[in-house]
Amino acid sequence: MTISHSSIVENAVDATARATPVSVARRVRGLSDRAIAWLFIAPAIILLLAINIFPLIWAIYLSFTNYRANRPNAPVQGVGLGNYQRVLNDPDIWQAMQTTAHFVFWTILLQTVIGFSLAYLIDRKFRGHAFWTTIILIPMMLSPAVVGNFWRFLYEPQIGLFAYAVSLVSGIPTSDIQMLGNVTLAPWAIIIVDTWMWTPYVMLICLAGLRSIPDYIYEAAEVDRASPWRQFWSITVPMALPFIMLAVLFRGIENFKMFDMVTLLTGGGPGSVTEVASITLKRVAFESWATGRASAFAIVLFVAVFGLANIYVKALNRVKQR
Amino acid sequence: MQKTSKALLGLATAFVMSSALPNLAKADELTLCWAAWDPANALVELSKDFTAKTGTQMKFEFVPWTSYADRFLNELNSHGKLCDLIIGDSQWIGGSAENGHYVKLNDFFDKEGIKMDDFVPATVVGYSEWPKNTPNYWALPAMGDVVGWTYRKDWFEKPELQKEFKGKYGRDLAAPKTYDELKQIAEFFQKREIDGKTVYGASIYTERGSEGITMGVTNVLYDWGFQYENPKKPYDMEGFVNSADAVKGLEFYKSLYDCCTPPGSSNVYMVESADAFKSGQVAMQMNFAFTWPGLYKDEKVGGDKIGFFPNPAEKAHFAQLGGQGISVVSYSDKKDAALQYIKWFAQPDVQAKWWELGGYSCLNSVVNAPGFAKSQPYAQAFLDSMAIVKDFWAEPSYATLLQDMQKRVHNYVVAGNGTAKEALDGLVKDWEEVFKDDGKI
Repeated sequence: MTISHSSIVENAVDATARATPVSVARRVRGLSDRAIAWLFIAPAIILLLAINIFPLIWAIYLSFTNYRANRPNAPVQGVGLGNYQRVLNDPDIWQAMQTTAHFVFWTILLQTVIGFSLAYLIDRKFRGHAFWTTIILIPMMLSPAVVGNFWRFLYEPQIGLFAYAVSLVSGIPTSDIQMLGNVTLAPWAIIIVDTWMWTPYVMLICLAGLRSIPDYIYEAAEVDRASPWRQFWSITVPMALPFIMLAVLFRGIENFKMFDMVTLLTGGGPGSVTEVASITLKRVAFESWATGRASAFAIVLFVAVFGLANIYVKALNRVKQR
Repeated sequence: MQKTSKALLGLATAFVMSSALPNLAKADELTLCWAAWDPANALVELSKDFTAKTGTQMKFEFVPWTSYADRFLNELNSHGKLCDLIIGDSQWIGGSAENGHYVKLNDFFDKEGIKMDDFVPATVVGYSEWPKNTPNYWALPAMGDVVGWTYRKDWFEKPELQKEFKGKYGRDLAAPKTYDELKQIAEFFQKREIDGKTVYGASIYTERGSEGITMGVTNVLYDWGFQYENPKKPYDMEGFVNSADAVKGLEFYKSLYDCCTPPGSSNVYMVESADAFKSGQVAMQMNFAFTWPGLYKDEKVGGDKIGFFPNPAEKAHFAQLGGQGISVVSYSDKKDAALQYIKWFAQPDVQAKWWELGGYSCLNSVVNAPGFAKSQPYAQAFLDSMAIVKDFWAEPSYATLLQDMQKRVHNYVVAGNGTAKEALDGLVKDWEEVFKDDGKI
């Protein structure tokens, strides 16, 4: 069987070689390594251009027009910087940016502090630490849609466990604990959920950082009689800092785009108190159908995130080089 | 080599043929797009008769209300061919007519002898006409709907509550005729213990994301004298949208929200309101009439326990229109077959069956039939409600106008920011900007 198979293959190869026009064979053989490399990466580049770069360029173009996606037949006119002017002068958009900044600041602060603390504890390798690591990671593995709905029920004043627990501790009637309907509490309701869900992610990155610190450094510190407190501030924190900063960068970018959780929990309400930039952008683009203005807003957001991330990455590189 | 080419060609042909065959078989299939709700199930049942009569298979694309507008407006805006027929919301009519999404039906109606005079006038204006009050028809009224109220008749009939209420307010505890009466009843029931359970006054619309709170607030504002524009000068809104009466109406809505809704009512629309009623939390519930057949059938709160009443009056008497018309999508490849469906659907016997199955017919011969008012326990309330309807803007920019109102009224009613006057002044400013963008002012 083997012999007959190989003879079939050989025959097929010969037949193909005979059938291939000489000019094509030459052309293929004449390709340089560079050309072949281009040939291989070309599909990826074409996809990247089609999916990322072209829409970006198209959005930049639209941001200078009055185009509305729900009126495809209407003439498209240039409006110069009109859309940008309107976006930057819109108090609602500034309010949304402020709300976003508030969310980003508090979620990052809480997730970093709690995440690092948990990583530090887990790194002690106490009995059952693997089990507790798995338990802590569960929220991160759930879909945001599940988490949003799950917490909506938990926050329910009449039947929710959260309101019941707070009522038990504080003595406030459950009907008065309206996390999602109260202007002051609603932003914190979202911050709590995001922190619950994403702290494990920060913990994982911090844990990787802590585990990357060689033991001999601590051993040397102990030989020098450095106290645990001194070891923590002089070895652990500086050496884990690039990892912590990386976690902050990832969470910062993610939370700047926060959408699903807010939509599921409050829909931007009560009033507009939890309306973050991404929800405002969605309203302008797909509810008001002001596509040109929405494109300008998206570009402004992109520049803001890109600019801040760039500054941050430079700082991160400086920390890594220390 | 030649043999291989032929074989490949043969294979390719077979593949193309095999993939084309199902399309040929589906040539007699129509797709109807609508929201996923009880009336849609009734329409599936009803449409079996159309298939039996014509042989045309009906396929349905039903999308939950939360994504209904997003999904189908995207479909229309992208000139998609998914829907041959669409039951689009009443506010879409202006945009869909002006942007060419719907087929104009005047010639078809004339040819087939379908007369708009045969339908309830308010539904023709609300679901079919653009511009409003002109004989330009883009849809056939399909599903009449209106915001009304249900109440716990069994609670209202409790002798001890009757007695206590009469002692306090000097009148019988009965379905309210005015909003002041409604608020008194809501206050009476708020946090009352009934059958060992704490109950609340009323469930009203407060949803922020789509259109919920606007549908609730307008339902009240109309009765206080709110008007969208100066009747003598279109798009002149100052003093009409934010009139002293409109301000009082909005203040009333907030007071009703503050005094008499269940805890956690900050984001309530159709489903949440019906759930509050079904779970025995509230004495009264604001909701669209389409929910009534389902609630009447409910074992816990339906039957003898439920009562229905139209929107109460105040200075004026109106109710917020819901419902939809059925249109032929202009991008469909099967427009003729789709028109045949509309012709079939417009027939009086089909409309009568539509009502029997749980749909709300808009045909005069059905709703004005001698036995109609008694045909269902909610039929009279539906008839009374449909006689007083008023709709939100149906302008092509309705979505922006709606979002502006959602934001302004939710900020005031639920978040408690500013005053009613500030909210409505802000709304006038927002709406003027929209109409300026549209070149209408």
